[in-house]
Amino acid sequence: MTDLVLSTESLEKSYPGTPPVRALRGVDLMVEAGEAVAIVGPSGSGKSTLLHLMGTLDRPSAGSISVAGREVQDLTDSELSAVRANHIGFVFQQFHLLSGYSARDNIADGVLYRGIELNERREMADRALELVNLQDRAGHLAEKLSGGERQRVAVARAIVGRPDIILADEPTGNLDSKSSAAVIDLLRDLNEGGITLVVITHDLEVAGKFPRMVQLRDGRIISDRRAA
Amino acid sequence: MNDRSLLRPSDAMRVALVGLKTRTTRALLSALGITIGIASMVAVLGLSESSKSDLIASLDRLGTNLLVVQAGGGIGFGSGTLVETAEAMVSRIGPVESVAAVGSVEANVFRTDLVPTTRSGGLSVKVASPTLLDTLGGSMAEGRFLDDSGSALPVVVVGSVAADRLGIAGFDGSAMLWVEDRWFGVLGVMDSLELAGDLDRSVLMTEATATTIFGYQGIPESLYIRSQPEFIDSVIEVLPATADPENPDQVQVARPTDALEARAAAEGAFTALFLGLGLVALLVGGVGVANVMVISVLERRGEIGLRRALGATRRHVAIQFLGEALILATIGGIAGVALGVGVTAAYSALRGWTTLVPAIAIWGGLGASLLIGAIAGLYPARRAARMAPTEALRSA
Repeated sequence: MTDLVLSTESLEKSYPGTPPVRALRGVDLMVEAGEAVAIVGPSGSGKSTLLHLMGTLDRPSAGSISVAGREVQDLTDSELSAVRANHIGFVFQQFHLLSGYSARDNIADGVLYRGIELNERREMADRALELVNLQDRAGHLAEKLSGGERQRVAVARAIVGRPDIILADEPTGNLDSKSSAAVIDLLRDLNEGGITLVVITHDLEVAGKFPRMVQLRDGRIISDRRAA
Repeated sequence: MNDRSLLRPSDAMRVALVGLKTRTTRALLSALGITIGIASMVAVLGLSESSKSDLIASLDRLGTNLLVVQAGGGIGFGSGTLVETAEAMVSRIGPVESVAAVGSVEANVFRTDLVPTTRSGGLSVKVASPTLLDTLGGSMAEGRFLDDSGSALPVVVVGSVAADRLGIAGFDGSAMLWVEDRWFGVLGVMDSLELAGDLDRSVLMTEATATTIFGYQGIPESLYIRSQPEFIDSVIEVLPATADPENPDQVQVARPTDALEARAAAEGAFTALFLGLGLVALLVGGVGVANVMVISVLERRGEIGLRRALGATRRHVAIQFLGEALILATIGGIAGVALGVGVTAAYSALRGWTTLVPAIAIWGGLGASLLIGAIAGLYPARRAARMAPTEALRSA
């Protein structure tokens, strides 16, 4: 199985408290290169925790995670940063664009921490802008873009460095239905172009648009379906 | 594959400027505190240096080798006069280059004979040796000084303040003054005498004139003495006994430039005080920057979370916020040095001083602002670096 991009084994995560909150109770998940997986579940099901663990933003209480062929649960903080800089792209519900900076420069920041020169980063950003069909917005300041455009810029920022996997956390959560459909179409197109994708959503309808749907409840996977 | 998270130095600089670019007004206001602190320190050092250089220039110009001998008047000692032979005796002291005697005449001076005698204007009439002007290093604004022709003509030379009060500032060679009971011609008007301010409020006549007209006895009140600088201490030692051998302990010897030197020293003491106040202003400025940075870190949790997600290490995040504090402090410091130099130049121009800002003030000012910036940035930077990425993203 050389094309395994991400896998988790018996993944557990508890948060301290009385009693401790067990957000994940043994999750086994494998994502192969080129897959597009929607992880769906109600609020409190542990899906955000799962995304943070897969994205190496947090550490599991037990179990193991492998990203791009690397066991990450025992890496140091700066080694985890390196994994994120080189192998993972993120898309967030709140976009997290820097206001005062152009769409192009926001996208160029996607590979900022790889030590690539600014001019080269901007060229990469221009190519990513083409992929999300926003060439004509390259010089626009982030705050001048519509919500849908902002999320497409955020998607471009996630893919600009061609990471092994894109993790999207409720990417349509802040969008109206039209923009939301456009972003989902964009993500599916990118997936068809070869990008591996994990989308987290609470919306079954959104989840249903991806070829594989994993349902999470109370920290456990309750179903894992691939479209025929 | 060896993965690394790497931030180029040029990018670190760009990233450190994000806060300044997105919250310009607030950033500049916080830098203003540092500007004020640095400006006050630079201005204090610059002004003290410029005024001191002015005093030193005055001392150089006036010479520190002038001595004044006066009789110590007071209860039981009679009038404050020296002995008649004092001038001649003192001039025989080897290292003495020149001596000038000044005595008094009981007379009042008026612009015309119509002025009531009670309105004497606080001016005095004095008798002076022809050597007085050179001994004091003084100069004439108009006309000429008393000469040693021995003539008893009714003429006077007028001090600068006296000339103002008598209304003969625009002297054209033909002015007359009413001295006691007769008209006197005005020979000339002196420039202000920095080392003998009392003579500025006097009109001066020769001994011959005073003797002939007012019955002056030839007993001086004070002597002005120029000595060779290297022997000045020896001259001071022998002066009392030479000027009045019978009552040497009644003779006071003074060095007028001592007052200027004391002024320079006193200004030095104030410099330390104001420098301390400047330092307090700088510290308050630093606290302001730290405060704004802490708020900025809290407001920018989302950005911190995003940067961690993009692969920034804790160190990169710390560098970003520390860099931002350093940039703010540098801007504040440069503006402060410029403002301090500007204030020094403006005030020096106003006072006619040469503008002098010591290099230590400029480099020290920039160094101090960097140091303050580093200290102010340290805590916010640590706080930003320690923020867990998930928490930063969640709370945004």
